Formats: sequence, C-alpha cells, structure tokens
Amino acid sequence: MTDIGDAFAAAWGLIITLESGLAEIVLLSLQVSLTAVLIACVIGLPLGAALAVFKFPGRTIIVVLLNALMGMPPVVVGLIVYLLLSRAGPLGTLGLLFTPTAMIIAQVCLITPIVAALTRQTTEDLWREYEEHLRSLGAGPDQIIATLLWDNRFSLITTVLAGFGRASAEVGAVMIVGGNIDHVTRVMTTAIALETSKGDLALALGLGIVLLVLALGVNAAAYLINESARKRYG
Amino acid sequence: MASLSNILPLSLSGVEFKADGIRLIKDVSTEFKAGSLSFVLGPNGAGKSLLLRLCHGLIAPTAGRIDWQGPAAEDPQPHQAMVFQRPVMLRRSVYANLDHALCQRNVDKAERTRRIEDMLERTGLSRLASVSARRLSGGEQQRLAVARAWTLQPEVLFLDEPTAALDPSATHAIEEFIQAIRASGTTIIMSSHDMAQAKRLAEDVLFMYRGRLIERSPAQKFFEKPESDLARSFLQGDLLWWKRKELTPPDDG
Repeated sequence: MTDIGDAFAAAWGLIITLESGLAEIVLLSLQVSLTAVLIACVIGLPLGAALAVFKFPGRTIIVVLLNALMGMPPVVVGLIVYLLLSRAGPLGTLGLLFTPTAMIIAQVCLITPIVAALTRQTTEDLWREYEEHLRSLGAGPDQIIATLLWDNRFSLITTVLAGFGRASAEVGAVMIVGGNIDHVTRVMTTAIALETSKGDLALALGLGIVLLVLALGVNAAAYLINESARKRYG
Repeated sequence: MASLSNILPLSLSGVEFKADGIRLIKDVSTEFKAGSLSFVLGPNGAGKSLLLRLCHGLIAPTAGRIDWQGPAAEDPQPHQAMVFQRPVMLRRSVYANLDHALCQRNVDKAERTRRIEDMLERTGLSRLASVSARRLSGGEQQRLAVARAWTLQPEVLFLDEPTAALDPSATHAIEEFIQAIRASGTTIIMSSHDMAQAKRLAEDVLFMYRGRLIERSPAQKFFEKPESDLARSFLQGDLLWWKRKELTPPDDG
C-alpha cells in the first residue's frame, strides 16, 4: 500500500511540476492521436454520409466491412502497417517505420472505420428526414453531404470522440509500428506499458492520470456542446 | 416566374405508380397550364400527395409519361418548389433555412440577402430570423416552409396539404400567402381534402379517389354541379369507403 501511495504522490509531483519527460510523451501522444483523428474525419465523415445517402452496387458489402473493421484488433492493424512499411514491404522505401508518421498511419487505419460507420448510422436518420426537401431543391451530391454533415455536427462530435478515444487508448498497433523509442515514438500508452514492466510506477501512474483526465475533459466538453446545441437548435 | 413560362405546360399521360405490387396511381392523364391554381381534392388515400410527388419528380412513374413542355423542360427542377404537409426544418435558424435553399439554387450572396430580408418582412418572420427553426410553433414552421419555397421564385409551386395540421388562424395566414404567390404569377398545384379551402382558393379542381382521377372541372362547376357520383358523394360529406360498392370508380374491376 505504501509503495502505491508513494507512487501516486510521485505521479502527482510529476504532473504538477510538468516534468519534461512526461510532458514530452503527453505532447507526442496528442500530436499523433489528434492528427490521426483529423485525417480519419476527412476520410470517414464524407464516406459515412455518402454511404447513408447513395445506393449503389456493393454498398451493403462496404457497410458490413466497415462495421466489421470497427472491431479490428489493433495488433493486427499494427502488423499489416508494419509489413507495408518494413524495408521489404511495398512502402519500405519511404523509411516511415518507427516514426510518428507510421503511428499516425496505423491509428488512421484503426479509427477511420469507426468514424465512417458511426457517421453512416447517425446520418441515415437525418437523411430520412431531409431527403424529400433536399431533392426538391435539386441539391447535388456534394450539397447533400455538406448539408447533412453540418446539420448533424453536434451528434458527430460523439463520433469523433469515439475515434479519439480509440486512438489515444490504443497500444498494440503503435507499439509495433512505432517501436516505443524514447524521445521519438514513445506515447502515453506504450510508456505506461513499459514503465509498469520496469516497476517505475510513478511515471506510469502519472501518465495514466493524464490519460484519464484527458478522456474525462474531452467527454465533458462534448456533453456540454451537445446539450447547448440541443437547447439552441431543438 | 410564371409569365416567362419556362417549363409549363406539364402533361401527364397514362401515369401509373405501383409500390409493392399495388397500383396507387392508376392511369392518370391531364395537363397543367401556366397561370392557374389547381386543387387536387379527394379523401385520404386518394393518391393526392403521390400525384404531386410524381409531378415534382420526387418519384418516377412505373408507367406512363410526365412531360414538362416549356423551353426549359430539359432541366425543370430549378423552376419548381414544393411545400410538404409536415414541414422539413433544417437544424438551423429561420434565416439560415431560407439562405440554405437559395444557396442550393446558386443565388449570389447580395441577392440572397435581399430576397431573405424581403421574405422575412412579407411573412412576418423578421423577429424570429435568428431563432432555431425547430423551436417555432407548427404554424410558424409551415409559414417558414412556404416562405422558403416562395423565396426561390418558382414558376410552379406544389403545396401538399400545407394547412392540414394547422389551426384556423395559421391556416388563414398560409392562405393569404398562397393568394399572394398566385398573384405574383406562380402556377400553384395544391392537394387538400378540405372542401371549404378549395372553395376559397381553387380555380380548377382535380377530384381523385383511390388513385384514379375521377373528374377535373373549373372550381365553380365542380362545386355546383359535379359530374361523378363519387364527387357528389364527397361534396355531400358521405364517407366514401362505406359506399364504395355502389360508387366503384369506372374500370376499377
């Protein structure tokens, strides 16, 4: 108990003094996860909305595939991205393996299906409501998607958060393609795994607390935005 | 606007619409010319809303032809607008709802501002411009829906039972707008089962029953001397479905 208590005290000390090692890991984690979420949104939001609106051959297969990919094991994604980026792989010449870019690529692969599948589900309901009006206006495909994404923006915050949650909590894929290299590719989750195995509970706990606070803060912000939007727009 | 007659007349020839193997619109042939206020009248389930959706191009007929015949007949959509029985309100302010519709028709910013301010003034919605459209009352929402269609300056306006769920005061406001739109030269095709409203507004009446166009007459003639037993029965307020054995529409088997 004393060891754990000491570890907690040390962890709070690291957080309060903004210890440089901890800050560096937190910043890299945020940089990797937020970039991955941004790229996944650029791909996943219009893709999900398009799947909700347009009927075309093979649509059902894509929808089923996206739903299945939502639950894809991160280590499998990590392995596939590793094979693609390794020296013998098709993208090996880019030299991206064991860089933050490789970690971003792995996280994009993991969260794009989540963003696209959840966007499709929420957008489908709105499309059912808007369809006749937008078709009556003669709106083109890009106008339809833009309208649906904009009017659904507050619900989509939850979707984006689900993606961010998956990205920031993920350890398997980034460990494989990033390598957990100190000062280069070490992020919160891989650092927690490493420091726990080394017995350095203070840093592991400190990072764990930051991760929890981050998750709580982001979710609280999303809740407040959704509530105020519901009050304002009905 | 109607005086330009870009897309009218609209001609329907042997139009049929089937869903799940059931014929919901049966062999409808008629024509709508520029500059009229036509009322599609009939009981619930007559196919009035379906007929308007077919004419507006929201659904395609399973048989027959619907042809716009004016010089812009190749692309009729930008010359039409439609108001639905349950108004579709975007999750935006009143102003943004109007602006969105004009944006879809590629109207430039200065013209959008001018038209929106004019329309808000005309429809008495100015004080609600920044309010969320979904926060409005049913009557205000339908007023906004009519304003949104009107601001597009359509040559043809389809109105699908726009007052069906409104109280008399809101109905009166919508009817005033309809008359103003008609006076501006827009051709209006409107569905309703409200005979009193048809008497107040209609110039000609298309009476439908069970997917079939039973008769079409100038409004005065229709109300004074309807041609069919079905229309007469409807005007007398009979419950048609109780009497359908005696009043089977022609060729209905």
